[in-house]
Order: sequence, then C-alpha cells, then structure tokens
Amino acid sequence: MTAIVSSRTQAGPGRAGFARLLHAEWTKFRTVRGWVIAVIVAVLVTVLLGLFIGSHSHVAPCTTGPNGPACRYVIPTGPGGESVTDTFYFVHRRLTGDGSITAEVTSLTEVTESSQTLNGRPVRTKPAVVPWSKAGLIITAGAGQGSAYAAVMVTGRHGTRMQWNYTGDTPGLAGRVSAASPRWLRLTRAGDVITGYDSAGGTRWTKIGTVTLPGLAQTIQAGLFATSPGGTQRTSQGVTSASGTAAATDATATFDRVGLHGGWPGSSWTGTSLHGGPDSPYVTGHEAGYRREGGGFTVTGSGDIAPDVTDGVPIDTLLAGLFIALVAVLVAGAQFMTAEYRRGLIRATLAASPRRGQALAAKAVVLGAVTFAAGLAAAAGAVLIGIPLLRASGNPVYPATALTEVRLIAGTAALAAVFAVFALAVGAIVRHGAGAVAVAITAVILPYLLTAAIPVLPAGAADWVLRVTPAAGFAIRQVIPAYRQVAASYTPSTDFFPLAPWTGLAVTCAWAALALALAAHFLRRRDA
Amino acid sequence: MTESLHAEWTKLRTLASTFWLLLAAAAVTVAVSAAAAAAVRCPSGGCADDPAKISLTGIDLGQAVVAVLAVMAVSGEYGTGMIRLTLTATPRRLTVLAAKAAVLTCLVLAAGTVAVLGSLLAGGLILPGHGIGPSHGYPAISAGDGPVLRAGFGSVLYLALIAMLSLGAATAMREAAVAIGAVLGLLYVLPIIAVFAGNATLSRHLEQIAPMTAGLAIQATTGLNGLPISPWAGLGVLAAWAAGALVLGGLLLRSRDA
Repeated sequence: MTAIVSSRTQAGPGRAGFARLLHAEWTKFRTVRGWVIAVIVAVLVTVLLGLFIGSHSHVAPCTTGPNGPACRYVIPTGPGGESVTDTFYFVHRRLTGDGSITAEVTSLTEVTESSQTLNGRPVRTKPAVVPWSKAGLIITAGAGQGSAYAAVMVTGRHGTRMQWNYTGDTPGLAGRVSAASPRWLRLTRAGDVITGYDSAGGTRWTKIGTVTLPGLAQTIQAGLFATSPGGTQRTSQGVTSASGTAAATDATATFDRVGLHGGWPGSSWTGTSLHGGPDSPYVTGHEAGYRREGGGFTVTGSGDIAPDVTDGVPIDTLLAGLFIALVAVLVAGAQFMTAEYRRGLIRATLAASPRRGQALAAKAVVLGAVTFAAGLAAAAGAVLIGIPLLRASGNPVYPATALTEVRLIAGTAALAAVFAVFALAVGAIVRHGAGAVAVAITAVILPYLLTAAIPVLPAGAADWVLRVTPAAGFAIRQVIPAYRQVAASYTPSTDFFPLAPWTGLAVTCAWAALALALAAHFLRRRDA
Repeated sequence: MTESLHAEWTKLRTLASTFWLLLAAAAVTVAVSAAAAAAVRCPSGGCADDPAKISLTGIDLGQAVVAVLAVMAVSGEYGTGMIRLTLTATPRRLTVLAAKAAVLTCLVLAAGTVAVLGSLLAGGLILPGHGIGPSHGYPAISAGDGPVLRAGFGSVLYLALIAMLSLGAATAMREAAVAIGAVLGLLYVLPIIAVFAGNATLSRHLEQIAPMTAGLAIQATTGLNGLPISPWAGLGVLAAWAAGALVLGGLLLRSRDA
C-alpha cells in the first residue's frame, strides 16, 4: 500500500489524478483479504439462503379463506400478468356485435356469513357494510378465470365506479345506492371499445370511462353481476402468510328496468357462479343466485373481481439473505474508512491527495462499484434460481413481470451500494470502527426490524419510520402493488411500504449524500 | 483477582467514552420507549397491546450502545496495544476476562436499571393518555405487579447479558468493527431471517434460538401463550449465547498471542 502512495506524489488534480486515486483505492480494497472474503461470503450467503428458501418454503396446504378453508389452488392471472381474484355471480346473455345494456340499481345490501350451523346452513348476521362490495353490469371477454372485462358498478362505500381488467378503476357518482337514490348504469360496446355511463335519474347520463379490450370476440357474454369480498388479510410477511380468518360476505343487489339494445340473440338469461374451483379461497357464497321479478333481477354473490394481493409468495422473500450480506457490507464500508485512521494510513492518503474531498469521492466510487457488482450477482442468483425452486416445491408464486424482477435485482444491488457508501461516510465522520458500524447497522437494519419483521411499532408510526430513516430504501423490495380498490392490510409487516420503490431508494440516497457531505466537511476541517 | 478488578475498574472509569456510552444507553432507551408509547393509539380500547412491552421498546436500541461499550472494553485495548501491558501485568488471562466481565456487568446493571425505570415511568405516564391504561382495562404499570416486575428486572438482565455476549465476541474477534458487526448482526438480522424462513416450524425454531427474540420474551406481560418461548426460558437462551461467547473468547484469549 505504501508503494502506491509514494508513486502518487506527482499526480496533480484533474481527471487523470482522480483515475489514479480510484486505482489506489481499488488496490487498497482488494488487498485487504478480510474485505474481499466478506464480499464473497455476502454473495454466497445471499444466493444460498435464496436457494434454501426456494426449496424449503412450504405454504400451508390449506388456509382459512373468507369462504371457509381453501386448499392449494392455482391463483388466476389477469390480462396484465398480475394475480387476480375472479369470483362473482353472473347473470348473463350473449352479445353479438355492438350493443348496450342499461339497468337501474335500487339497492345493494350485504350480509356476513360468520359460521355454519349444525345443519350446514350459514348463520346470517346483521347487514354489514363491505366497502368494496360490487354489483352492476359487466362485459367479459371469456369464461376463464382472469379473463379481460369491463364493468360499471355500485359499491358499498365507494360510490359508482367503472373497473376493467382487475387493476383499472375510475370513480363515477359518489354516495351509497338506495331506493330513494337509485343509480342508473349503462355499458355500451362498439367493436372492442367499451364505454361506461352512470346517472342518478336515468335521463342525464355521465360518461365514466372508455376502455379498449383488444381482440374482443364478436360474440361475448354480458349481463349483471354481484360480488362481495371478505375481510381477508395478510397476517404476516413472506411465505408464512396465511389468509386471515375473515368472515365471508354476500352482496345482494336489486336491478330494475334492465334494457338491452343491439345484438342480443336469444331471449333467456343464464345464472353462473364464476370462481376458481372448489379449492379457491373464494367461492360465490352459500346464497349465490338470482331471482327474476318482472323486468327486474335480484342477484346475490360473493367473492371479488380485483387484483389478489393476499395469496401467493412474493419473490422478494428469496432475498432474505440480503440482510446478512448487508451486515458484512456495512462493516466493510465503515472499515474502508476507519481502518485508515486506526493504522495512520489516512495521513499518507491525504498527503498523496491534498484535495481531501477527492480522496473521499474515490473511496465512495470504488466501494459503491464493488458492492453494486456483488449485490447484482447475489440478487440475480437468489431470485432467478429461487423462483423455479419455489414453484417446483409447490408454492403459489406471486407473478412478477420481467420489469419487476429487474427492478428487484438491480434495486437491491443499488441499495447495498448506497448503504455501503453511507457506512463509509459514517466511518469518516465517527473515525472509529465500532461506533461507525453500530451507527450504520442501527440506522439501516433496526428501523426495518422494528417496523416490518417484528412490528413493535404501531402501523402509523411504522410508516413514518420507513419514510424518513435510511431504511426507506427497503421499499425497493415491494413486488406486490397496493391497490386502492382492494381492502387489505397494507402495512410494512405485510410487505407493503409507505413509499414507492424508487422514492424509498431516493430517501436512502439522500441520507448517503448528506452523510458524505458531512464527511467531506469534517475531513477538510479536522486534522487527520 | 481483586487487583484485576481494580485495574479493570480504573481502566473503564478513566475512559471518557465509558461514561458517555452508559449515559447514551440509558438516554436512548428512555427516549425510544417514550416515543413508542407516544406513537401508540388505541382510541376505543380492546387493542392487543402489551403496556409493559411497549414501555420497554427502547431496549431494542439501547442494547446496541451497550454492545459498543462492551466491545470497546476489549477491542480498545487491542487497538492501542494496551492489551500486551494488561496481560503482562496479569498473566492469568482468564482472570483478566473475568474481571472485565464483572466490572462491565456492574456498570451495565446500573445504567440498565436507570434505563428501565425511566422507560417504565415514561410508559406509565404516557400510555393511559393514549387509551392504554387502568381505566381501559389494562394492568397498571407498577412495580407491585408481578409480570411488570419480571419484565423490568428481566430487561436489566437482558442488557447485562448483551454486554457479556459482546464482551465474549470482542475477545474472540479482537477487531472492534467486526465484533460489533457480528453482535448486531446476530441480534438484529436473525429475527428478520426467521420471518422469511419459508415455513412456520422453521420460523418458530429460529425465533426460539435468536438471542434477541428469545431474550426479549422476558418483556411480555400479556399473551404469554403466543410467545415462541416462555419468558425465563428465553432469557436462558440469551444467557447460553453469552456463556458460549465468553467461553469461546476465553479459550482464544488463552491460546493466542496478544
């Protein structure tokens, strides 16, 4: 190391000087055996733990869903590739070519089926309000689970809405439907374009939204539907999660003056219970069905037509080893700076590079690059090999797009690099190995531990901790989006972060930048 | 042994950092505990919160300061070369380690008592205003209450055992940064791994052997049946970790050149 320092004395400022600084810092890093071993071990531990989790994960074969016990089943996938729930009661007819359907909804009520009596009949309790119970008009592209669709509906607490393809959601009229304030709904089809309207009185119509369902067949099924989700919740993080024991609910809607225009061949309505099979955690309920009274219908159903955020193993579970690796990274990052102080090497370093900020920058660049490369290898290994293993061992894997996988892998690597630079900067401020490592670990890992892993903090406080501490960057791990149209427990302990992935990473970057700025300040002001 | 104790006491007493770290451990513990108590909201009652455990949340952070103190008691000597002088003065190396452990235990017990009393006091004052108090059907946080006494006394012991674990790890690893990384990694990361472990049985076993989750079971005053391990057994697991670290450190101290 001293040889490099002596060869550096002639170097002036500028690009060539900085390149030589980088080379000097790289040499310092790679010649300390402990750090190289730490990086290699961190990569191996992350990959091996990913493989272990992939092959040893075991989601309980049966979970208690909102409609009773459900055993392992295939989670349907929507047109956008996401996990969905596609369970409702459908009263339908064939629609050939263009046409429209109009109906007046006069009531939407829900009951809770809390348990079953001895004779197998559900106990119906007092009407519950389910915020996202839904009933209205729907056009479906196919009969299979996860088919494309567009629908207008009244909901329990969220007014009239147009929803399509599980993730799409646009609000219409506000307010709860009742006989005194009915809601008129209309769905029109022209080619593969579906338009939804609503109206309070049936005369003045407002367009809610227009949706294109590409490749919609000439003849499709359209009609009335009702469904109502149970209060299922993710009870814990990762693969040990099980659907909470939430009561199933049935929604019953009354439709009046159902009017059809356009190509509706035939004259009979058919009632169908759509669900993912007997093993699905959602079935359409004990009371599901419909009655026809004059021009009106009463439809009862249970389930949901929405993204599924509660079932399936999120792939970030495979990156559990990251936390072990982070400890090694934080120790190496802090020591990269504090070891120079302990051994007095810092005086030689600063003599060779009198511009002290540059010396610090060179250290940060080398450390960041090494950690990013190692993080990329570790995360890619754990995720890409872990996913097939997870599937092979029979776990329902929450589907992630290629873009999400890339974000998870690259984001994790970037997070490790930023944390390493943060530890380096803390090392330059504290100048003391034990102090720097303790500060870095408690600032990075402890907030995550207390909010997500063993949630001792209440949810509101936990959200704030994960917004403002360096641990905000862990948001990059979130692979299941939070949907406003699905009532679930969106807390850090259930793998949902208060900040968007890249925003969270930006907060961590801001911490690293602040620490670096302080470090540069102190490095210039203090004697080494 | 008396001279060794005296020597270790003098060495720790005359380091400015010792006083500040002990003060920081107590202050940080009380501050985080008070913040956690202030963050709890239970407007309509019926929350599954454990008043004593919330009031002692600060131990989660305070233990990191205690770990730094304990690691520095050994690694500091290696960093400055003082260890050679110490071992020349007391050739019975295990006596040195025992003396360090005794002095450190006393200091941490004192600071831990202050930290725990402050935390419980803060919790007792703050929690009733947030819907968790005797008027809402929760047990009052008082020294006369058996489980609260156990939680508070156990938390002080917990900090002392963390100090022993750190002392043993530092004696074995010598380098301060590596030792503190290993100790905090063991404490903070193992519970995270337990969450992701993949199946419930494995998760539970990890929670039973992880020093932090097992040791902190001592803080629970409600819902004891849901704990991965019973309170005193959990503290016993942490004691086993600490004993193991001290034995390993002692063996290496005896067999290696300083």
